[in-house]
Amino acid sequence: MRLLNDDPITLLVSRFLSPFIMLFGLYMIFHGHYSPGGGFQGGTMLAASFILMRLTSGITIAQLQFNSALAAPLGALGVLIYFGTGFAAMVFGGNFLDYKFLPLAGLTGAELRAMGILIIEVGVGLAVMAILTSIYDNLLGDPDDA
Amino acid sequence: MKWINFLLLAVFLALMLYAATGLSNRGDASAPMNREFSPAGTPNAANFYIHNAYKDAKTPNIVTVVLADYRGYDTLGEVAVIFTAGLICYLILCKPRKNNETP
Amino acid sequence: MLDFFLGHYAYWFILALLTIGLYGMIAKKNLVKKLVGMTILQSSIILFWVSSSSKWNATVPVIDPNIPDAVAANYINPLPHTLMLTAIVVGVATLGVAIALLIIIYRDYQTLDENVLIDRMK
Repeated sequence: MRLLNDDPITLLVSRFLSPFIMLFGLYMIFHGHYSPGGGFQGGTMLAASFILMRLTSGITIAQLQFNSALAAPLGALGVLIYFGTGFAAMVFGGNFLDYKFLPLAGLTGAELRAMGILIIEVGVGLAVMAILTSIYDNLLGDPDDA
Repeated sequence: MKWINFLLLAVFLALMLYAATGLSNRGDASAPMNREFSPAGTPNAANFYIHNAYKDAKTPNIVTVVLADYRGYDTLGEVAVIFTAGLICYLILCKPRKNNETP
Repeated sequence: MLDFFLGHYAYWFILALLTIGLYGMIAKKNLVKKLVGMTILQSSIILFWVSSSSKWNATVPVIDPNIPDAVAANYINPLPHTLMLTAIVVGVATLGVAIALLIIIYRDYQTLDENVLIDRMK
């Protein structure tokens, strides 16, 4: 795969844009309550910012931004957050994934359900981001050319 | 033999276009999926979600409430699906395989 | 007659897209072209579901304090959007696994053509 290491425009623009795409992805996850967005959409934008760096600068330099060995543990952590919320609701007296029984202090009723939705969206976003980056790394990421 | 392909696809397309004329108009607020009660007498799911989403979860975005609260079990299955797909891609592609040996 | 046409033309176009995707899957010999046909088929199904959820003079399913939610004709149907979010993610996962399988097939048999592949597998 021929790399674009000798093309200054692509390198500069991708390095400038990647943090802003990440910021927008984070904004989409946390504003899933008030505007169109949510876990899946924000996770895909975060993965897009990492894949942009892998496309333009090569896999070896992009490890400085997001290490490839981090992808599978983060994906498992995302699924664990989702499952752990449901399990915590079951432990504290309700059904599985019943957000009224979560042990968060100072919130009642409908606000507790909103906070449960937020925790779940964070877990989903983390899992989607890690797994999409790991699929790209496995399909295309052999470090035989710097 | 290529004309059999085209004939089959033309028949399929004609059948689907004829079936699509049986759907109700796009955007009709009195279509069977947009009514208050389903033909069996039970309350319709979409209207229930529109009426009760803000009261139950204090969240303006109805799609997020349906995805993460009313149908959260399906979203758990979906996260499991994408995690399994990522794991499959790693397990297929990162083991060294020779041409005539089975691992 | 005119409002029958206005109410159904979107469905006809989307079904034409579905047939194009099906043509790609059936009639092409290269495995990558079959995959592209599968992706077109999937996109047409998602478009069909999402376009069938619209209502006249209604707004997006995000509750606005000025528009009362006791009248269900003010907001479009949220259920197909939710189901199609799941469908999009499952489609991406299927595409990833399919391309991984194609890489392994090329590594073992050095071809991606369907007839040559069947000959080499014997």
